[in-house]
Amino acid sequence: MAIETPSATAGPTGPPASPASAKGATRKGDRIFLGLSRGSGITLLVIMAAIAVFLTWRAALAISADEASFLTSFEWDANATPPRFGIAVLAFGTVVSSIIAMVLAVPVAVGIALFISHYAPRKLATPLGYVIDLLAAVPSIVYGLWGALFLVPHLTGLYTWLDEYLGWTHIFRYEGGAARSLFTVGILLAIMILPIVTNVSREVFRQSPKMQEEAALALGATRWEVIRMSVLPFGRSGVISASMLGLGRALGETMAVATVLSPSFLIKASLLQPGGGTFAQNIAAGFKEAGGMGRDALIASGLVLFVITLLVNGAARLIIARRKEYSGANA
Amino acid sequence: MAKRIDVSGLTAYYGNFRAIDDISMTVEPRSVTAFIGPSGCGKSTFLRTLNRMHEVTAGGRVEGKVMLDDEDLYGPGVDPVSVRRTIGMVFQRPNPFPTMSIYDNVAAGLRLNGEHRKKDLDEVVERSLKGANLWNEVKDRLNRPGSGLSGGQQQRLCIARAIAVEPQVLLMDEPCSALDPISTLAIEDLIGELKSRFTIVIVTHNMQQAARVSDRTAFFNLAEVGAPGKLVEIDDTERIFSNPSVQATEDYISGRFG
Repeated sequence: MAIETPSATAGPTGPPASPASAKGATRKGDRIFLGLSRGSGITLLVIMAAIAVFLTWRAALAISADEASFLTSFEWDANATPPRFGIAVLAFGTVVSSIIAMVLAVPVAVGIALFISHYAPRKLATPLGYVIDLLAAVPSIVYGLWGALFLVPHLTGLYTWLDEYLGWTHIFRYEGGAARSLFTVGILLAIMILPIVTNVSREVFRQSPKMQEEAALALGATRWEVIRMSVLPFGRSGVISASMLGLGRALGETMAVATVLSPSFLIKASLLQPGGGTFAQNIAAGFKEAGGMGRDALIASGLVLFVITLLVNGAARLIIARRKEYSGANA
Repeated sequence: MAKRIDVSGLTAYYGNFRAIDDISMTVEPRSVTAFIGPSGCGKSTFLRTLNRMHEVTAGGRVEGKVMLDDEDLYGPGVDPVSVRRTIGMVFQRPNPFPTMSIYDNVAAGLRLNGEHRKKDLDEVVERSLKGANLWNEVKDRLNRPGSGLSGGQQQRLCIARAIAVEPQVLLMDEPCSALDPISTLAIEDLIGELKSRFTIVIVTHNMQQAARVSDRTAFFNLAEVGAPGKLVEIDDTERIFSNPSVQATEDYISGRFG
């Protein structure tokens, strides 16, 4: 590194540094950089610990005062004496709406990503990529407003149709009324997580090794077979990661859900009936009016959301790790 | 199963850039033909026009004629996918499918052709791995990923994958350039065995290799950087390396060039 620069490149700031001092400066720079990066790492851990301690402490206060069964009860009256609150409805609503969002969004996102990375001509792929990015830049409250004012009234047709053909399953029974249900929330969440799942998947597909694609081509694979033999297996863990990022957003989404859903502390067999709630939506809706104990109860529910998110991430890592030996990253 | 390749007036482009110009040659069945020449002379490009892999590259297109016996590979209505099913290819760097087991790698081509009966697949996988001199090394771990093998083994796995579909022609693009001398020797021995069943074309930067494995050698050259590559001459390997008819060939193989 300590190569003397030719005098022609020496700027007006002075002569080029001698090899010895350049070496010293590098070491000092190394030390500063080491300190900075180590400091950042420690700060992150401290913040995580602070959040965890805060959540657990306040949640413990609330749960020990709770007279209902925290995990299984459908009641939420934290300001009553004694306070009663259960998160069953919120857990159900959060998980179900996120699952609906994943089921709807991931296949579409993978399709768009493959189209952009392997099918579309460059002239079309680039603007399409921009549009997807734009979708990611829309604030969630705007999605919420659009959902409440456009999506909800326009979904009744779909709801009636679903009821007609799938109503016998009870899951898709629709008895009229505004479509402010968990299903609508799921659709809205699907649109919201579409960009992030698409973008991450597209990047992964784009990096799929040309070598393996050529191997498949040379064996006489069609374009779809090339994708199935080399692109999708290579991108599998990336798509899982992308989906988890999307799921994280869906689980924690607040404003859009709060704007669209008409909440109630009831679990209904039909996804199309209004009612239910999610953790984030419940916290946003209840935080202002909640008293001291009410707030602690909401924090306890926030802790559960935190744990669910951790579990989901852990599961995703497990899936990726189990396939590591066969992963395209070993190529 | 081995067929003759007859190329006439073949010119290949990348966009507007003419990579090779007006190449004509005949590749005899059941023989090894080696392509030698400096980097950038278009020998790999020419090889890739023989199984229509050239047009996979953005802007890649071809003019001229390639006949496989009496079938025109660039004729109207010819599907490049079916061309590639009859002409196998082995690449510079071993490229087994990392997400597939050794078995599945070899069976991949057959499955593309719609063969799914386990008994038949088992048979072909064993025959192909034996044909690629790999069977004894991998027969106990057929269900392990192919990416766990050494580089030389991976390349022989790729050869097994290519010959599993019984191609008419086997194209090899510098198959040993990423391998150590011992693995290289194993591949060269293998090429010697395979030529009794297949028409083999091999691109190589290693002139001793060309001399060792090939029956015929084609020398490619280019006038200057940016100029299209041309076929200088093709002749029996012995003659090319002892008494070539063009001065440029002699200069190249004796190290006097530029």
